[in-house]
Amino acid sequence: MNHLDKELLAIKDKVNEMWSLVEFQMLAGKDALLNGDEELLRKIIKRGKKVNAYDIKIDRMCENIFALYNPVAVDLRWLMAILKINANIERIGDSSEGIAQLIREANFPVDPELLETTRVLEMYDAAESMLADVQRAFYEENTELARDLIKRDKLLNKIHVKTDKVIIRYIQAHPDNINQSLKVSGIIRKLERIGDQITNIAEEIIFYVDAKVVKHKQKKKRGKDPQ
Amino acid sequence: MSKKQIKLEARDINAYYGDFHALKGINVAMEEKTVTAFIGPSGCGKSTFLRIFNRMNDYIDGFKTEGEILLDGENIYAKNVLVDELRKRVGMVFQKPNPFPKSIYENVVYGLKIQGMSNKAALAEAAEKALHQAALWNEVKDNLNKSALALSGGQQQRLCIARALAISPSVLLMDEPASALDPISTAKIEELIHQLKEQYTIVIVTHNMQQAGRVSDTTAFFYMGELVEHAKTKTIFTNPKDKRTEDYITGRFG
Ligand SMILES: Nc1ncnc2c1ncn2[C@@H]1O[C@H](COP(=O)(O)OP(=O)(O)OP(=O)(O)O)[C@@H](O)[C@H]1O
Ligand SMILES: [Mg+2]
Repeated sequence: MNHLDKELLAIKDKVNEMWSLVEFQMLAGKDALLNGDEELLRKIIKRGKKVNAYDIKIDRMCENIFALYNPVAVDLRWLMAILKINANIERIGDSSEGIAQLIREANFPVDPELLETTRVLEMYDAAESMLADVQRAFYEENTELARDLIKRDKLLNKIHVKTDKVIIRYIQAHPDNINQSLKVSGIIRKLERIGDQITNIAEEIIFYVDAKVVKHKQKKKRGKDPQ
Repeated sequence: MSKKQIKLEARDINAYYGDFHALKGINVAMEEKTVTAFIGPSGCGKSTFLRIFNRMNDYIDGFKTEGEILLDGENIYAKNVLVDELRKRVGMVFQKPNPFPKSIYENVVYGLKIQGMSNKAALAEAAEKALHQAALWNEVKDNLNKSALALSGGQQQRLCIARALAISPSVLLMDEPASALDPISTAKIEELIHQLKEQYTIVIVTHNMQQAGRVSDTTAFFYMGELVEHAKTKTIFTNPKDKRTEDYITGRFG
C-alpha cells in the first residue's frame, strides 16, 4: 500500500465513524418518537455537534491530499465523491437533529392514529434501511445496490406527496391536535429530505466507481443505467 | 474533437534496435497547433518514438523502422525525402540544455547560417524574433555576445528552444525539456509551450504527470513499446479507459 492509499484509508475510516454517528441519530429518533425518551433526544442533538466536527475534519483531510498529492483518475473521483458524500452525511445529521427538535415539541405521546395515517413510521423504517444500505454500497463499491437505493427513494417521495392531504383530514377530525399534526408533517418533510440526501450519496458512489454521472437526470430516468 | 487538420500521423510504426522490438504497431494522429504529451515508464519507448518524427534515429546502427510517419500528409520515410529539409520543418529540444560554446547570438542563428543565410540584418532580425518567441529576449538583449554557457540552466534551455524556432519549423519535439530545471524555469517553459502552440504543433515527452496535465491537449500513454491509450488529457487524468494507464498515473504501477 502506498502512502496515498494510507491517507485515503484514513479518510475512509473517518467517514465510517461519522456514518455511525448519523445512524445512531436516525435509530434513536424513531425510538424517541415512540417512547418519548428525553434523554435520547438530548443525545441526538449532542451527536449533531460531533457530526459537524467530523464534517470539517474530513474536508481538511481531503484538502490536504488535493494540495500535496495531485490526485488523478479514480483517486480524484473518489475524493470528489467523498467531499459530497461527507456534505450529505452531515446534512442527514442536521435533518435528524431537526427531527429530534420536532419530536420534543410534539409533546409525547403522539397520537397513534396520526402516526398510522401519515405512515411516518414506515418512512422512518425505509430511510433507516436505506441509510444502512448506502453505507454498504459505499464499502462494497456496489453500484447495483446504489442504483437500487435511487429507486427505493421513490417510496419516501410517494408518502411525502400525500402528507398534506392526510394531515388536513386528520386536523378536520381532531381540531384539538393541530400542534402534533404540524410536527409530524415536519418530521415527514425531513425524512423525505434524508431520502434525497441518501440518493445523492448513492449517485456519488456510482460516479466514482463507474465514472458515470447520474445526477440531474430526469426523475423518471433515475435508477436506470444511463447508457 | 475539433476540426483541426492532422499535422502528424504515425501509421503502424514498428521500430527495432537490432533484434529488440522497441515500438510495436503504433498508430496515432496529432492535430495541428496542439500539444501532445507522451508519458510512460522509463524504457517504454517515448524517446524512440519522438525521434522517429524527425528521423533522429537514423543515426543509430541497427535501428530499423517500419510503417509511415505522415507530416502534412506526406510520408517522411519516403525515399525522396531529404533529411535536412525535414529537420527544418521539425525542430527538437532535448532534455539537457545543450548550447554550443559560442555566443548567445551565434547559438540562435546557427541553423540559419547552415542553411546559407548570410545577410546580417536578416540574421539579427530572425534571432530577435526567435528569442522573443522563446521568452528570453528581455533577459539577454543587452548581452547577445556573451557566451551561452554563462546563462542559467533555465535560460540555456530557452536558448535551445530559440535555436530550434529560428529555422521556423512547424513541429517542435521536446524530450523532457524541463526535467533538469527548477520550478520557476519549468513554469516559464510551460508558459512558453502554451504560447508556442498558437503557431506550432508540439510533442513533449515528460515524466511529470502534472506537467502533462498542465501543458498538453492530448496525452499518449506508452507501455513496453505499445501505445496503450491516447485521448484528451482531461480524459486521461480523470477517467482513463485502460487499467494500466490508471495504475501508472495514480502511481500504483507494478
Ligand atoms: N541506442 C539504443 N540501442 C539499443 N536499445 C536502445 C537504444 N536506445 C533505446 N533503447 C531501448 O529501447 C527501449 C526504449 O527506449 P527509450 O529511450 O525510447 O525509452 P523512454 O521511454 O524514452 O525512457 P526514459 O523515460 O527513460 O527516457 C528501451 O528498452 C531501451 O533500452
Ligand atoms: Mg527518453
